[in-house]
Amino acid sequence: MNIKNIITEIEKFDPEVYDRLDSRRTAMQQFAFWGGRLALAAVPFALGGMFKKAYGQSAGSGITAVLNYALTLEYLEAEFYTKGAASGVVPAGTPAVGAINTIRDHENAHVVFLKNTLNAMGTTPVSKPTFDFTAGGAFPDIFTNYDTFLAVAQAFEDTGVRAYKGRAGELISNHAVLTAALQIHSVEARHASHIRQMRKARGANVKPWITGKDTGGIGAAVQANYNGEELTTQAGVDITKFVSANAASESFDEPLTADQVLAIVKPFIV
Amino acid sequence: MENSHPVLPPTGNNEDLLPGKFGRRKFISYCGLVASGVTIAACKKDKDNDNMPPAGSIDLGSGDIGILNYAYALEQLEAAFYIQVIASPYAGITANELALLTDIRDHEVAHREFFKTALGVKAITNLEVNFSAVNFGSRDSVLGTAKAFEDLGVSAYNGAGQLITDPGYLLLAGKIVSVEARHAAYIRDLISNGSFADSTAINASGLDLVNKPADVLTAAKPFLKSVLYAGNLPTV
Repeated sequence: MNIKNIITEIEKFDPEVYDRLDSRRTAMQQFAFWGGRLALAAVPFALGGMFKKAYGQSAGSGITAVLNYALTLEYLEAEFYTKGAASGVVPAGTPAVGAINTIRDHENAHVVFLKNTLNAMGTTPVSKPTFDFTAGGAFPDIFTNYDTFLAVAQAFEDTGVRAYKGRAGELISNHAVLTAALQIHSVEARHASHIRQMRKARGANVKPWITGKDTGGIGAAVQANYNGEELTTQAGVDITKFVSANAASESFDEPLTADQVLAIVKPFIV
Repeated sequence: MENSHPVLPPTGNNEDLLPGKFGRRKFISYCGLVASGVTIAACKKDKDNDNMPPAGSIDLGSGDIGILNYAYALEQLEAAFYIQVIASPYAGITANELALLTDIRDHEVAHREFFKTALGVKAITNLEVNFSAVNFGSRDSVLGTAKAFEDLGVSAYNGAGQLITDPGYLLLAGKIVSVEARHAAYIRDLISNGSFADSTAINASGLDLVNKPADVLTAAKPFLKSVLYAGNLPTV
């Protein structure tokens, strides 16, 4: 790989590349620093980081856009669990009732928190869409069949984790918002872990973490939610050198872009 | 540099992290962000990088490398713990518990080796651990320690995000923290089913634990023979 050529190529399309990289000298110094000190496998990653710094999205409107995106997903989850808890689909008298209520309360708290944050930043929060949790008939028994309910819950939680992860970088300039987003992100992961255990208790072949791009027996309807999770190379480091391929994929959760997430949730929005 | 900053919202599991609590104006002004709303990464300045670690201590370093070494230190601790858990399983362990705790061991080893490889010559040395307070034959002792480590790990990554300047590193931290959160929820459910995200971890706004490096390292200290020096880590 010839780094100088790459930068020269970019210069053809973007004459200001060196300015964006601070200066040619700084850019090359940065590269020399990383190239000299990181393991060779990590070099493409370091270079990517350098370019991301130069071309990374600026803050301002980007932050509120991410918050409104997050709010839309939280509206979806909050209404899903609120309706689910009220529907009687969760077997009465079991620990599942408490668990679903806990998750419901968190998702509703996230809605309030994100709306308050947007208001505090001087931006009007997006309105709640109208949801169809049957996804146009794909899940007709969503609030009458407990297994269907848990399957969709799992897909929502795992996808929520991926959605926050995919856009955290756009919040990097705002410490408080980034930190809060990370605090929501890990709550969604805790939910996902528990929902997966609830499904396992119902006989599903599933673990608290995501193996490869396995849907945990839910199938094609949610495959897009899991595609990409099978990655076993991180920042140029082959994780299968250290652990099995399954463990390598499980040990890192993968992001989804906004477009991928919006395509996934689109059937649920009327 | 940081002495000139207004007081930041306190870290920890509280509701004081966002502007609503102390007004948009003050929020924008902290970190020296300009009032036009254009933000600059200016407040991610490192501390002076010349603080001398005490003799015999391990300097985590400065900047993003310091944060990666901080994460590497925590992953070393977790990996060493679960390696011991699997080497001498507690009395009465079920086959399912053994299988999933083995998974967790492998995940922590993967994290540890990832950081070691990515950091290359910038990596800190192998840490010496001290698990004398853990009774590995006791389910309560092992799971109680595991819960403490997993919750601590979640809070550490959540607190470290804002100290990272490179979005690529931030994404990597994000890829790992959600796996730690999955672990934390599972371990908590093993101790008490339904406690995966109870009010000891999640506050009234639905936000998870967050801790700054100094507090995380204080909590980790009793489990380490090696002495870590965090004096050159970036601060907000």
